[in-house]
Amino acid sequence: MSLRKFKFDKRIVLSFWIILIALIIAAPTLLPVFRLNLLGRYLSLSIVALGVDLIWGYTGLLSLGQGIFFALGGYCAAMYLQITSSSEFPNNIPEFFALYGVEKLPFFWEPFKSPIFTFFAIWIIPALVAGLIGFLVFRNRIKGVYFSILTQASLLVFFNFFNGQQKLINGTNGLKTDVTQLFGQMVGSESMQRIFFWITAILVIAAWFFAKWVVRGRFGNILIGIRDDEPRVRFTGYNPVIFKTIVFSIAGALAGISGALYTVQSGIVSPQFMTVPFSIEMVIWVAVGGRGTLLGAILGAVFINYAKSLVSEALPASWMFIQGGLFILVVTALPEGVLGWIQGDGPRNLLQRFGLKRTIETYPSLEVNNKEGNNE
Amino acid sequence: MELLLDSLFNGVAIGSVLLVAALGLAIVFGLMGVINLAHGELMMLGAYTTYVTQLIFKLPILKPFYNSYIIVSIFLAFIVSGVVGILLEKTIIRKLYGSPLETLLATWGVSLILQQFVRSVPLAYGTGLVISLIIGLFLPTTFPLKIKESINFKYFKFSSWILAALTGVLTGSVISSTVSKLSRASARNVDVTAPSWMRGQVEILGTAFPKTRLMIIVITLISVIAITLFLNQSAWGMRIRAVTQNRQMSDCLGISTEKVDIITFGIGSGLAGVAGVAVSLLGSVGPNVGGNYIVGCFMVVVLGGVGNLLGTVLASFGIGIMTDLIGAGRLLSIWPDMPLPLSNTINFFATTSMARVMIFALIVIFLQFKPTGLFPQKGRMVEN
Repeated sequence: MSLRKFKFDKRIVLSFWIILIALIIAAPTLLPVFRLNLLGRYLSLSIVALGVDLIWGYTGLLSLGQGIFFALGGYCAAMYLQITSSSEFPNNIPEFFALYGVEKLPFFWEPFKSPIFTFFAIWIIPALVAGLIGFLVFRNRIKGVYFSILTQASLLVFFNFFNGQQKLINGTNGLKTDVTQLFGQMVGSESMQRIFFWITAILVIAAWFFAKWVVRGRFGNILIGIRDDEPRVRFTGYNPVIFKTIVFSIAGALAGISGALYTVQSGIVSPQFMTVPFSIEMVIWVAVGGRGTLLGAILGAVFINYAKSLVSEALPASWMFIQGGLFILVVTALPEGVLGWIQGDGPRNLLQRFGLKRTIETYPSLEVNNKEGNNE
Repeated sequence: MELLLDSLFNGVAIGSVLLVAALGLAIVFGLMGVINLAHGELMMLGAYTTYVTQLIFKLPILKPFYNSYIIVSIFLAFIVSGVVGILLEKTIIRKLYGSPLETLLATWGVSLILQQFVRSVPLAYGTGLVISLIIGLFLPTTFPLKIKESINFKYFKFSSWILAALTGVLTGSVISSTVSKLSRASARNVDVTAPSWMRGQVEILGTAFPKTRLMIIVITLISVIAITLFLNQSAWGMRIRAVTQNRQMSDCLGISTEKVDIITFGIGSGLAGVAGVAVSLLGSVGPNVGGNYIVGCFMVVVLGGVGNLLGTVLASFGIGIMTDLIGAGRLLSIWPDMPLPLSNTINFFATTSMARVMIFALIVIFLQFKPTGLFPQKGRMVEN
């Protein structure tokens, strides 16, 4: 990863923010409802991508189980919405329970009657689950691909559990949220969706700043240290387990928030959020955008999903080919992702190749030494 | 007694499917450190090979030999998946040795492409493509040494690829015009019907065993024995083990690590094809058939300890027997009057999906005590 940092002029940064905020405020009037909803969903996905970038791009932990935390956040939000709008159904419990002959609310639904509890549950429950899984795995110094495989197995555990329990959480059908009420308004209605879009946009920016804060300073340095040489970090006296568990929990919390936002905008949460392909897709958003560049994760998530919906509308069969090719391409040809390529030497090399920009002559060994120094 | 035998057989049957599927993965992952997420799709190719072979054997010329198609398809599946695996190694995986996380992502991309390929390309032309791959990859290796070493070898190679492409197109169109079922692309699942001698059941010790399950156990047994013999007795097996232990040293001693990589990956992928034949006997075959097995296979490899075939064998039978015990709620029938809370718990987990939950949870707990599996590799390195 390149150590070079772009420093933009302050005025450029300021005008960038002004344009961005103006776009966010104006988006509902510029875009048709359908596209606005899609954009909102993809923006919420970019929050989970930020989490993946924190654990993979900065700490080197490739988790294939972020879908667990994403879905948990979604389920928390959906359970609250289902309960608050179940007053007209028999026994005052959500409608689907009647299908399976359940008359009493399962105990773990009870706390979700409170909006405050739900507000915290959406991010704390995924964070706790992530912390527990992470701690158990990291404590044994299980890392690299073993970590990936174990997170994938945990994903299947959760998927099978949620998929099989009709009587507890409606199993494979999932929980619908678009016809539920929130503060007296229908969640699926246009005005609510507009508000959700704004909330999502604000939270994406907030999550971005939060992630930037996490990777700055000593904590971030240790994360990068763990990625590059974990034994050395351990021998220097730090306990990598704690740092890894914390950052994995943070990623879990971000995934939970993202899942809740995605759920209220897509109108349903189901075990499909916990399928294996979806969790791997999250990784590819980050990989394409540029791992280790937080902005890259956001842009990757939004653009790839937008491309996906556009391509799937035009040529349904070809998206799988494109996606598969993207995986291969980004790994073999563009390991730093698009943003990493731009920030690195990519454009200069490209221009040089076409003879548009002259190479700067330097003393050869100087160049080589510098490169080696950068890599370490 | 009968109950126990029944349970044991079921467990072994589940375990042997897992084993034959995990065997190739254990070799590729254990010996080369490559995470091949396309392993399930290579299995799927094997299963489709069985289906295509079956349809081709229904043609009038081959009709008399119809009963033996399943044996033929085992070899064909090995070759088809092996060749696709070799192509994969030559084009993508070779660039990614030493970075397992990257291979994981790249092979996932490959698996997506293979799935969609089966959906949107007619099987007849798929067969043609595979045939041209086989010819293109293997024809140049059969040339005499004199040609191989000449400067013009690349032209020979090129012309053999042209020949391969022509043969592929020809066979593809011949198959698609003779077997109508293969001439159109479809995303639907297909069914492989076992030949008559494999239908029905056999009675052993008063318990009825389905013949297809026995066949799978036999296939697994033969694969395990063959691969053990190959690795431990043959010259290439020795080279593979040498490269596994110390790649640089083997390279210095004159072992072509490049060839070893190709052979190892080819065999691992070929075994996936054999597993595909076994899977096709169990149920219908679809583009997603591999995905059902891949995570289970990885669990077997992790549980058994990497690079250890005995561990793989024990782990898969262990998981198989446990799956049967939990999934069918057999503990209840063995011990009918257990206390209520316990029996409720067992009933809760007595479905296929919940048994999976339980098994994975047990594996994670097991790894708390033995993080490197049943038979860990010994070493004093800090890493790995």
